[in-house]
Amino acid sequence: MAHLTAESRQRINDIAARYPEKRSALLPALYVAQEQDGIVTDEAIIDIAELLEATPAYVKGVASFYTMYYRYSVGKYILQVCGTLSCELCGSGQLVNHLEERLGIKEGETTPDGRFTFETVECLGACGGAPVMLLGDKYYEKLTIKQLDAIIDDLRFKPASDHPEPPQLVPFEDKPAGAKST
Amino acid sequence: MANEIVFSRNHIDNVKDLDVYVGNGGYSSLQKGLTMAPDELIELVKASGLRGRGGAGFPTGMKWSFVPKDTSKPHYLVCNADESEPGTFKDRQLMEVNPHQLLEGMILACHAIGAKTGFIYIRGEFVGPIQIVSRAIEQAYARGYLGKNIQGTGVDVDLAVHPGAGAYIWGEESALLNSLEGQRGLPRLKPPFPAVSGLYASPTIINNVETLANISHIVNNGADWFKQWGTERSAGTKVVSISGHVNRPGNYEVPLATPMMTLINEFAGGVRDGHKLKAVIPGGSSVPILPAEKCDINYDYESIQAAGSMLGSAGMIVMDETTCMVGVARNLVHFYRHESCGKCTPCREGTDWMFKILNELELTGGQMDDIDLLLDITDNMDGKCFCPLGDTSIMSVVSGIEHWRHEFEEHVRNGGCQQRAQNGH
Ligand SMILES: Cc1cc2nc3c(=O)[nH]c(=O)nc-3n(C[C@H](O)[C@H](O)[C@H](O)COP(=O)(O)O)c2cc1C
Ligand code: FES
Repeated sequence: MAHLTAESRQRINDIAARYPEKRSALLPALYVAQEQDGIVTDEAIIDIAELLEATPAYVKGVASFYTMYYRYSVGKYILQVCGTLSCELCGSGQLVNHLEERLGIKEGETTPDGRFTFETVECLGACGGAPVMLLGDKYYEKLTIKQLDAIIDDLRFKPASDHPEPPQLVPFEDKPAGAKST
Repeated sequence: MANEIVFSRNHIDNVKDLDVYVGNGGYSSLQKGLTMAPDELIELVKASGLRGRGGAGFPTGMKWSFVPKDTSKPHYLVCNADESEPGTFKDRQLMEVNPHQLLEGMILACHAIGAKTGFIYIRGEFVGPIQIVSRAIEQAYARGYLGKNIQGTGVDVDLAVHPGAGAYIWGEESALLNSLEGQRGLPRLKPPFPAVSGLYASPTIINNVETLANISHIVNNGADWFKQWGTERSAGTKVVSISGHVNRPGNYEVPLATPMMTLINEFAGGVRDGHKLKAVIPGGSSVPILPAEKCDINYDYESIQAAGSMLGSAGMIVMDETTCMVGVARNLVHFYRHESCGKCTPCREGTDWMFKILNELELTGGQMDDIDLLLDITDNMDGKCFCPLGDTSIMSVVSGIEHWRHEFEEHVRNGGCQQRAQNGH
């Protein structure tokens, strides 16, 4: 667990300069901290508070409100399956069952090797591609169990160091929400 | 007919690049729009009949005219790209495919309301759109479409992307302002409305991505051109997001007042093969569910309202005869319970109790009294919540029980959902 590096501090100061008031940079600043350590650490909260002229308690209160900041350690790969209506209608329940079986964990848990965290999340704004899974910054749409297995195989059997980025099996660029309109 | 306005350049390869966009008529509205007086621009948008595409359908020109003319405070424009209403996925495509169209509309809107600064508030999960819009902004600065003295018109506009961090309530405009100020995303009491006191207590206009994407076309072609589509009260086109049990889910831009069944059967390729239509949520999860027999209507604000629902954000969720309506209510109430910010009691407690009861009905059957208990809870929430999130969380429950009460009763009699038992999840 570490304090913010000089580089992270600089990034936060640069972001803050874009806003009329410093405190507006709080949410982007929390992302900078999370990028640095994988989670938002207590030390980073103290540093951000100092940089943006707020109290640590205030920063902590904001960080805990939003779902995209992690305060406690999570797996290297976070598999987020959408469980909201369009995805449920299109079979997200089967994906969830399959993940639980395959990884041997329940939703919200992390595999003992620290490689996978699996969560069900609310609507990802990609309902035309239901069922949808978000992994890192990639959307996987119209995801089948077979594709899901391929993704896990790919991430599971390679040394973590070989795999800084999630695989690009179904990159969103090739397949915009619900494919093409006439 | 389709793709008349905001999707009109979607077929052009790489139109997200500035050169391609400009080569296809992009940014051509600025010379005209930025040399018009702000009031003239507002009148033009008023005359077009454009209504907000974010969900509430408020007339855009009228909203702009609420910005006070006599303040010394800076004015702000905020583009709402939070896109979190279940069933809605159009803004993502609008930003990914044609980001400059949005920037062009924002520059014009800034001029109309006297703002020099605008923010584009994009939900944090949308890493793709965040990158694409950020790149478009850089390009636009480099070529003088943003910054000082845009294209020699003397108008200054700065735009920046602000990433969200995962919360539906953020889409509500006053909560959005709080998060933009670096606070927890709780809604604010209205009045004062943001047009008078918004971001940093300054006059602020909040508009949806699609609303703003329409502006350059209205400036280029005029109000009458825009009104050739739709009806008197529903002018122009609408991007409808269709998902659920259809063969070709996707976003389709159609003239307002296109028959809803045409949208389902022709654009979306019909209900998935071998099945028949049971119900439709016409405008995102926050509007009442319509049974199939009420779906023979035109897709516009007034017709959908007359049928007992709302156009909302135009996120159309189609369900076939295999769908359990108790399960639908349970799924959507789960969403609202998760997303309730917890600020007001009716919403925080109401969504939780509704979920507990629906969960019971679905898993173990609950009791017959539970159905009226649910309605009693919705009655205690309706119009009594601090912001519309709570008020709209009851829609699937109220309309579900109204049209499919027998399914709720069957759940009680059968000790839970038969279908769920069969499917094993
Ligand atoms: C709970 C809640 C969530 C909302 N989510 C969104 C959203 O994701 N995107 C959006 O544009 N408007 C959303 N709205 C509507 C906004 O509050 C606001 O009316 C809209 O952005 C105004 O823009 P428009 O006039 O261009 O439609 C939401 C409203 C509520 C109450
Ligand atoms: S319901 Fe899953 S992405 Fe919208």
